[in-house]
Amino acid sequence: MRKFIEGSMAVAEAVKLCRPHVISAYPITPQTHIVEHLSQMVADGEVNAQFINVESEFGAASVVLGASAAGGRAFSATTSQGLLLMGEVIFNIAGLRLPVVITVANRSISAPINIWNDHSDAMAIRDAGWIMLFAEDNQEAHDMHLQAYKIGETPEISLPVMINMDGFILTHAFEGVDVISQEEADSFLPPFKPAVHLDVKNPVTMGVLAEPQWYMEARCRMQEALYESRPVIKQAARDFKGKFGRWYGDVIDTYRIDGAETVFVAMGSLIGTLKDAVDDLRGKGEKVGLLKIRCFRPFPGQEIAEALKNTRRVAIMEKAFSLGASGILGDEIKAALYATPYRPEISTFFIGLGGRDIPKSSIVNVYNQVKAKQQNNVFVDLKTELVK
Amino acid sequence: MAVPSTIIYQYLRSKKKFPHVWCPGCGIGITMGALLRALADLEVDKNDVAMVAGIGCTGRMSVYCDFHTLHTTHGRALAFATGVKLAKPNMRVIAVSGDGDALAIGGNHFIHAARRNIDITLILVNNKTYGMTGGQYSPTTPSGKFGSTAPYGNVEYPFDVFELAKGAGANYFARGTVYHATLLQVLMKKALEKKGFSVVEVISNCHTLYGRLNREGSAVKMIEWMNENAVNVKVASKKTPEELEGKFLIGEMLNIDRPEYCERYEQLIERLGGKSKAQNEARSPQHEAVEQ
Repeated sequence: MRKFIEGSMAVAEAVKLCRPHVISAYPITPQTHIVEHLSQMVADGEVNAQFINVESEFGAASVVLGASAAGGRAFSATTSQGLLLMGEVIFNIAGLRLPVVITVANRSISAPINIWNDHSDAMAIRDAGWIMLFAEDNQEAHDMHLQAYKIGETPEISLPVMINMDGFILTHAFEGVDVISQEEADSFLPPFKPAVHLDVKNPVTMGVLAEPQWYMEARCRMQEALYESRPVIKQAARDFKGKFGRWYGDVIDTYRIDGAETVFVAMGSLIGTLKDAVDDLRGKGEKVGLLKIRCFRPFPGQEIAEALKNTRRVAIMEKAFSLGASGILGDEIKAALYATPYRPEISTFFIGLGGRDIPKSSIVNVYNQVKAKQQNNVFVDLKTELVK
Repeated sequence: MAVPSTIIYQYLRSKKKFPHVWCPGCGIGITMGALLRALADLEVDKNDVAMVAGIGCTGRMSVYCDFHTLHTTHGRALAFATGVKLAKPNMRVIAVSGDGDALAIGGNHFIHAARRNIDITLILVNNKTYGMTGGQYSPTTPSGKFGSTAPYGNVEYPFDVFELAKGAGANYFARGTVYHATLLQVLMKKALEKKGFSVVEVISNCHTLYGRLNREGSAVKMIEWMNENAVNVKVASKKTPEELEGKFLIGEMLNIDRPEYCERYEQLIERLGGKSKAQNEARSPQHEAVEQ
């Protein structure tokens, strides 16, 4: 049923459809609406779950870890400082191979204190071992939750999934969203059958000490599971399209990339703006296209390289970067291309940090710069007078 | 006609950071005023004060006050303040936190600051909710009261902040309200003068969220409720349990003299024949450079 709802509500509706057993969170802007909606749904008996507003994000992540270990389907949502505070447990959830789903309303990191959107939070925990998906709009965010549980709970994968959606830009935007019915959701997402869980009849130990003889193998298995999740993520996207007719790409998506001499690369809600900019530029005869990275972890290096093989120039636009090094997407895409014969000219840009607006004119400027010459780690729309 | 006092202006970034973000009628302004008047009473030089704040409506106080201010991450005010105090034992360190900041996400730091009995004054504004994020229930939301994450009433029990502070080892605890602004100033002054960990819990009003969710009325009505239900500890012993039913205590509830952490640390150094912090401060060229 099509509803005009806030992005946070689109997420809450999707989580409800997934029939979680335990939901735990701590209030933090701009995530809070998601769990507020869910707490109301739980209180009204619309979701047969236990909801707890705990004392910190550290507690929230720990609660969902415990719930998942006990065989429950668990959900939390957070952002920014909250995600960082969860950090230790985020790594633990992945290491214990528990298919928790957490929605991150992407926001910058302090200091200075800033509550607006960029991708610094997600990028800071990119090495934790989670499958990390980025939604372009609220419909995709809604649909992604059903796919996320399906992917993570696949027995041979058994990994947590983080759904990233841009804070405020998506979470607080009202738009029309096709809300899936419970029957349809149930036919897509089966009940959770944990591969291993805490069970008195069949006791297991979780979180054991792995001595030097075992630790490396456990990490290697995680790495393998992450790589093996790529076909599972693709299949989930195809299955979803088969059932609901909606498609957002699998691990990546492309837009007007055929014959494009310059291709923009980005993640999240920036994709929508870029599509408009690409249309405008194409209308003026410019040969531009767009590559959307929908799945950041596992990193779809082969798919990206394949998509960029006929391109002359690539403009990578990131809402985060590795301080003291350079752009994260930029470096990883360059590394992926290194294994191939393809050598497009790669330019890297940092854009929209701390919620700075990204108008189409900024994208056109980026395009003009890239066309003139290769660019490295350029801060788009930087107020140069403030950094002298 | 009475002229409003301008004595607190010396401690405010009145030309730089105002207007403030607090809702009209919020009790945090009264709390801040009481704190600044207490400091004025003590004739404290603003350069001798470090104010450390966490995140939340109360945390914003550090933006408006013209001391050395350190606005930290959520819940960590007391931990950051501990670091400040260790580096500058002679500095007057004041932490300001809300109930969520000090007792939920930062609850661990609260009990350990009290246990160490480090010379920090905590101003804990208790409005029974998370105001900045939209009225979720907090560790001081009474059972049965409503929050945006407790739409049919809170099933958890609240902390008794006095028992918590006392049990954990604080030297001083007082509770005031934003109705009793003059008393609040007196209690804060005593807390500031006290060596060791001192806490002033300020019962405040969040009429915008908590008050609305619980039908407690306007700011004025919520503040009047404080007047009607607060009982000073000095008279509480003369009242019957029936008379105290549903009331809460205000005033000085704990005032002991357990030796303070920094002093004990100094004594240990002295006992072992080392240089005291004060001696180090005087002799270190590095330190002098920082001072300049």
